Amino acid sequence: MTARIESALAHIGSIEDLAALDTPIHRLDPRAKLVTTLALLVAVASFGRYEVTRLLPLALYPIVLAALGDVPAGPILARLALASPFAILVGIFNPLIDRAPLAALGPVVVTGGWLSFASILVRFGLSLGTALLLVATTGFDAVCAALARLGLPRALVIQLLFVYRYLFVLSDDAARMIRAHGLRAPLGRRPGLRVAGSMLGQLLLRTLARAQRIHAAMLCRGFDGVFRLRRPLRLGARDVAFAVGWCGWFALVRAVDLPQLLGAVLGRLG
Amino acid sequence: MSHHLVSAEDLCFAYADGTPALQGVTFTIHHGESVGLVGANGAGKSTLLLHLAGVLFPVSGHVRVGDWPVTSATLPRVRRSLGMIFQDPDDQLFMPTVGDDVAFGPLNLDLPPEEVEARVGEALERVGAAHLRGRPSHRLSGGEKRSITIASVLSMSPDILVLDEPSASLDPAARRRLIALLRSFEHTKIVASHDLDLVLEVCARTIVLHEGRVAADGPTAGIFADDALLARAHLERPLRLQGCPRCGSAAAR
Amino acid sequence: MHMSDALVSPAVGGAMWGVAVGVAAWSARKLRQAPEDGRVPLMGVLGAFVFAAQMVTFAIPATGSSGHLGGGVLLAIILGPGAAFLVMASVLMVQALLFADGGLLALGCNIVNLGFFASFLAYPFVFRPVAGARPTPRRLFGASLAACVVGLQLGALGVVVETALSGVSELRFASFLLLMQPIHLAIGIVEGLVTGAVVVFLRRARADLPLGTALAPEAGRPRSRRAALVAVGLVAMLGAGVLSWFASSRPDGLEWSLARLAGGRTPVVPDTGLRRALARAQAAMALLPEYGLEKNAAGGRESRPRSWPAVDAGTSTAGLVGALLTLALSGAVGAGLRAVRRSAPASRAPSLRSRQDVT
Repeated sequence: MTARIESALAHIGSIEDLAALDTPIHRLDPRAKLVTTLALLVAVASFGRYEVTRLLPLALYPIVLAALGDVPAGPILARLALASPFAILVGIFNPLIDRAPLAALGPVVVTGGWLSFASILVRFGLSLGTALLLVATTGFDAVCAALARLGLPRALVIQLLFVYRYLFVLSDDAARMIRAHGLRAPLGRRPGLRVAGSMLGQLLLRTLARAQRIHAAMLCRGFDGVFRLRRPLRLGARDVAFAVGWCGWFALVRAVDLPQLLGAVLGRLG
Repeated sequence: MSHHLVSAEDLCFAYADGTPALQGVTFTIHHGESVGLVGANGAGKSTLLLHLAGVLFPVSGHVRVGDWPVTSATLPRVRRSLGMIFQDPDDQLFMPTVGDDVAFGPLNLDLPPEEVEARVGEALERVGAAHLRGRPSHRLSGGEKRSITIASVLSMSPDILVLDEPSASLDPAARRRLIALLRSFEHTKIVASHDLDLVLEVCARTIVLHEGRVAADGPTAGIFADDALLARAHLERPLRLQGCPRCGSAAAR
Repeated sequence: MHMSDALVSPAVGGAMWGVAVGVAAWSARKLRQAPEDGRVPLMGVLGAFVFAAQMVTFAIPATGSSGHLGGGVLLAIILGPGAAFLVMASVLMVQALLFADGGLLALGCNIVNLGFFASFLAYPFVFRPVAGARPTPRRLFGASLAACVVGLQLGALGVVVETALSGVSELRFASFLLLMQPIHLAIGIVEGLVTGAVVVFLRRARADLPLGTALAPEAGRPRSRRAALVAVGLVAMLGAGVLSWFASSRPDGLEWSLARLAGGRTPVVPDTGLRRALARAQAAMALLPEYGLEKNAAGGRESRPRSWPAVDAGTSTAGLVGALLTLALSGAVGAGLRAVRRSAPASRAPSLRSRQDVT
């Protein structure tokens, strides 16, 4: 678990580097990108459980976003791969349970179970991949600002920003403590319940003390309970066109079975 | 503006568990002075600074900053004229980006947005960190973080700067830059530090704290030459004033 | 206990999202009314603490496996229900957005399962009564243990019920239930032991901290009002669940259990006027069509979704070919765009754009 979190934190670092680039995608208003991502999520959710190929044209959005945003496919795919066991574990039962044949590819009969499993995987990739791309082309704090302007309670947005900010600081604390324990533990054994309890207690004490110091620093710079905005984000024609255009594509994909159409056209030509 | 810019009178404070921290601290600091605050660990330096900033309130005694006594009612004014820079930059840089942190103070002063941005730019220029404006705070080096904490206070245009262990964890080059920066400020400065060489270079006057009391208060050069005093206060001479490690000859002033 | 999107239908997911957002908005409003007392940075760093705490894995005695702290009940003990809920919500959002842990459609469910039950049920109705007004360390420990067990049992139950109501996964309700509850009983005990240890440690180290006594912002509120709030929440969830059960075309899990109980015959779902009305309403809501109920308002239930109308080799192959072509085209578009970007000189080196000032 420790290694997993450490690799995840390193991954956030690389996402932040990507978010600092300067591309046409990065320059778009964060709200436009957020709304489009939400529209994609809704579109993905709205398909039936056995749909696989109809979902695929939706992938055009993350692909274009990654290409124009200079986001390399590697880190995104790696993160998805690391997170996929959950989805796989849930879906893997489907082929075993649902054996009703639903489709056939020549001599091969595809059961409902396999289709729903494939659908689960495609949806997983589309939704979480697009979310990652959103952060990689916008930056977590800009996404939070967009969420605030779209109505998320201010307290929750500030909370998200603080968690993000102090994630690394506290994880470093924890990592140091774990390492210190590991150096004194016999044969590198994991701590028992009592030791873990006091390690966590120490970490918590330090966290509480840090919270008090941060609060003192905030007060010294005039904080009075209200977080003030710096400058309103301005929505331009380009941003609106971006959002409307892509939402139109999602609606089209939802309404029309594009791969089927494409295949039929090809069949007629060939 | 009052010439007695910062004064403490018979300040007494004890922690929640009863441990006495300050036992009758008295001093007066004038406009433009640069004062070092030195003492052993636990002597009360940080506690004293927190009283100046109005984060802690004394059990007895008074603190004055400028024209105002430091009470809960006068805190907004006090914080406008006294800027405090804390020991751990991570405690002070809590906003997503550097620009956000430096803008935090001016925004709380309810300044108009253009004014806020102008101040952010000026403050970052002053500490030589204008290129860091859009960066996330947690990705900076120790020296950069230190510069940004100073900028985050400068943007409020205080008259007085209070710094708690500013050179802690800085590499030599960053420390040298910090010293140059501090020397270039015309503000009234109060610097609490274990780094006696920094105090020697930056502060003309020094207050020595020992077990919550003022053990000495005078010109820095004189204090750092008084070996008996330094020994009593669990201190020693700054390295620059100690004898040569090779030939053993006495140090030059 | 993180649910992935695979388990959740749009109806259930959306309903739980609604519950999560509603409770979050309520909690935020409550916090605004309380005086500023350093709660904002405290909540923030405690959120980060939850992440850091999950790095500390410990050995569970006599099993050889390892565990880690979840944090829901601990947060509620330190912060009180509303603030703890917000912190848990923020942690889960960061996990979903940045770590891809847990689905985005299922995020509402996760926030409810892992945040709501611990903060608004386990803490006020288990921890507080057991701990009492001036708890001794032993009382604190016992109260923490009990609250964690109950909280996790409720959370696991939530997962099972939401899954069953969704009817998306093939997991059978009864077997899922029998699987989840015992496992989470064990997890709950472990979590309770660690939470108890931490709480007792905290009490000894910081006697000034009010733990489990009345300092949470909602504490002054009379019990009856809080109970009413919780009841409203539960009714809302139940209502959403019932509606989605009607709307779902495959409540197999529950039906299956019922059928087994009834002795082997699958009960026919009654085609009432309500059902037909709901189906018509759904047809109107073209955006989220459920599986095959629309355009079939004449009654009965389609057993197969519309999208694959027939097992016909022709259409299936065309679909597959079209799919492959779609992927190829998308990939080509992507590659082409990348080539265009690479050739544009200005964008080659990663530079720091002047970040849009955000907060």
